[in-house]
Amino acid sequence: MWRYIARRFAYMLFTVWVISLISFILIQLPPGDFATKMVSQMLSGGAREVPPEVEAQLRAQYGLDQPVYVQYATWIGKIIFEGDFGYSFTYKRDAIELIFERLPMTFTISLFSVLFIWVVALPTGIYSAVNKYSLSDYLFTFVGFIGLAVPNFLLALILMFLSYKFSGQALIGLFSPEFADAPWSLAKVLDMLKHLWIPVIIVGMAGTASLIRTMRANLLDELNKPYVETARAKGLSELRLLWKYPVRHALNPFISTVGWTLPTLVGGEVIVSIVLNLPTSGPIILESLMQQDMYLSAGFILVLSTLTVVGTFVSDLLLAWLDPRIRLQ
Amino acid sequence: MDAVAQQPELEPTWGAEADDDLKLEVATQWQLMWWKFRKHQLAMAGGAVVIFFYILALGAEFFAPKLFTWYDKNYVYAPPQQIHLIRDGQLAPFVYGYKFERDPKSYKKTWLVDEETIIPIGLFVSGEPYKILGLIETDIHLIGPLDQDDPFYLMGADKSGRDVFSRIIYSARISLSVGLVGVFISMMLGIVLGGLSGLLGGAVDNIIQRLIEIMMSIPMLPVWLAIAAVVPLDWSALDVYFIITILLALTTWTGLARVVRGKFLSLREDDFILAARLDGAPGMRLIFRHMLPSFYSHVIASLTLLLPGMILAETALSFLGVGLRPPVVSWGVMLQETQKVAVIAIYPWLLYPALAVIIVVLAFNFLGDGLRDAADPY
Repeated sequence: MWRYIARRFAYMLFTVWVISLISFILIQLPPGDFATKMVSQMLSGGAREVPPEVEAQLRAQYGLDQPVYVQYATWIGKIIFEGDFGYSFTYKRDAIELIFERLPMTFTISLFSVLFIWVVALPTGIYSAVNKYSLSDYLFTFVGFIGLAVPNFLLALILMFLSYKFSGQALIGLFSPEFADAPWSLAKVLDMLKHLWIPVIIVGMAGTASLIRTMRANLLDELNKPYVETARAKGLSELRLLWKYPVRHALNPFISTVGWTLPTLVGGEVIVSIVLNLPTSGPIILESLMQQDMYLSAGFILVLSTLTVVGTFVSDLLLAWLDPRIRLQ
Repeated sequence: MDAVAQQPELEPTWGAEADDDLKLEVATQWQLMWWKFRKHQLAMAGGAVVIFFYILALGAEFFAPKLFTWYDKNYVYAPPQQIHLIRDGQLAPFVYGYKFERDPKSYKKTWLVDEETIIPIGLFVSGEPYKILGLIETDIHLIGPLDQDDPFYLMGADKSGRDVFSRIIYSARISLSVGLVGVFISMMLGIVLGGLSGLLGGAVDNIIQRLIEIMMSIPMLPVWLAIAAVVPLDWSALDVYFIITILLALTTWTGLARVVRGKFLSLREDDFILAARLDGAPGMRLIFRHMLPSFYSHVIASLTLLLPGMILAETALSFLGVGLRPPVVSWGVMLQETQKVAVIAIYPWLLYPALAVIIVVLAFNFLGDGLRDAADPY
């Protein structure tokens, strides 16, 4: 087991390193650098002219005249040791503050979506498998297909339109107006929970649909196995039999899919929150990218991806703990 | 399975009069698959819808009443017209014209149906000239008003008075081809890397597997957003189109690579491969003559399931404004206008492109599902 954990951990570190490279490349991609940005900001801020020496001095001050690999080392070093993600031009604040403000909400929604997927997919999948080819099985299959095929941002658009049409109010935002800028309190959390279910359902829709199908297929395989017959022959009640053996076997995908779906959920959350205008990372990532505010967007992508990879790592460990066959491979 | 596949010449003489059992035994692999696929009615329907959309895309100039660049600024945000078939007891399809009122205060236009004006419409009417497949010049459109200057908006007009219906048809071209080109690149990567991984094993396998795991654990959407957003603004629409397709392909080959690798791994041990090897078949022949053909069908099924993902990704990127840009028109580009809820609330017909996306994606999913079931007909 320890060997397995160590190996997984090494892979995870490697993945995080690749992610940091990708994020750094993103910073380098747009034309110009931090110094040119500063200069253009000074110019628009009223400075009549900025002498080239000042620009060169700025460049030297931030280490931008160094070779690229040195720049990468400084950038990642500052992040790891000082938690300094650089400066956001559009918000005129440190990127780290914005990341801390927005990211927790993204993960709240993503984790609630995982919960939603489990809570809905487990009973539905079992029910579908046990009542194979019944009317409700077909119904779930059909709804599942729709859930898989309709992309979540379109779902968000359509829900928004319907809610506007029937209630005259668009289902956007995470808080009621009176709580939007209020400090955190119990009332605010309750208010948030009232709004949270909409994005959670939208984000979790596709995952739920696919997990229902996996659960149904897995359970169907198990139900035909001899050990089920044996247990039945020994007089175990159907419900007890079901929960005691085949369902346990079929549960594996529930853990493993957390790892698989987390990246999709986080990606889905980003785009859904852009459509629904939620105060999470989505809108701010898009905006910073459009403004080419690269330190901010790279910081977001780095932290978001790293946390997702860590989540996947944890789910891998859970799975190995549950299913000894995996850690022996 | 190969032994059967290599005797297709038996089938025509026996198949017609033989009873079903015999027919089943001498059928080729592809025939068996077709028979199995045919039973899957949803998949057949999905296939028909997919073909329909591709035909629509190919002949967009003919099927669309207007060119996608055509606009009439007198009919900004005109609502959809309804087709009426019978006039004065005779079959003479027509639509009503428009009239509008201006709010005296806000000066806002409100469109009304003008039942006085009758615009006769018909099939195969002449409209704006175009070239069929870029070759033959003609001006015949499948459907349109008899007088081409009359307004004709089956799905309403957008903010510049362009015809939403025509633009949806033209968009099929970009939206569906992004998928095809992307899937092709993705397929190449998937087969080559998955094949290498499965055949060579060892260190190569390990590296490729790690690469796949890394790609699968990164949330791709923000990365797509990032790369698409830094594409310079002065790049031509075609360049952007190719960058987007390559981007999508580079991040979606992993699933297919896993399928290919798994197949190679299990085939390596199969009896018929051993037999071929004992017969002295060289490596290349082993791969291309014996191994690959036995899972072409799986590859095709995986690709069909990959396509809708590509279409959706392109739509999402363009919708957010970092994908394809006007004047290129795709469903995602059209949906850009619907980003604000106020716009959808007043002009709901701008959501029609979303309907097209959903239908196509659903059809591809059904088709792919049927193909996957049929891929292993035994």
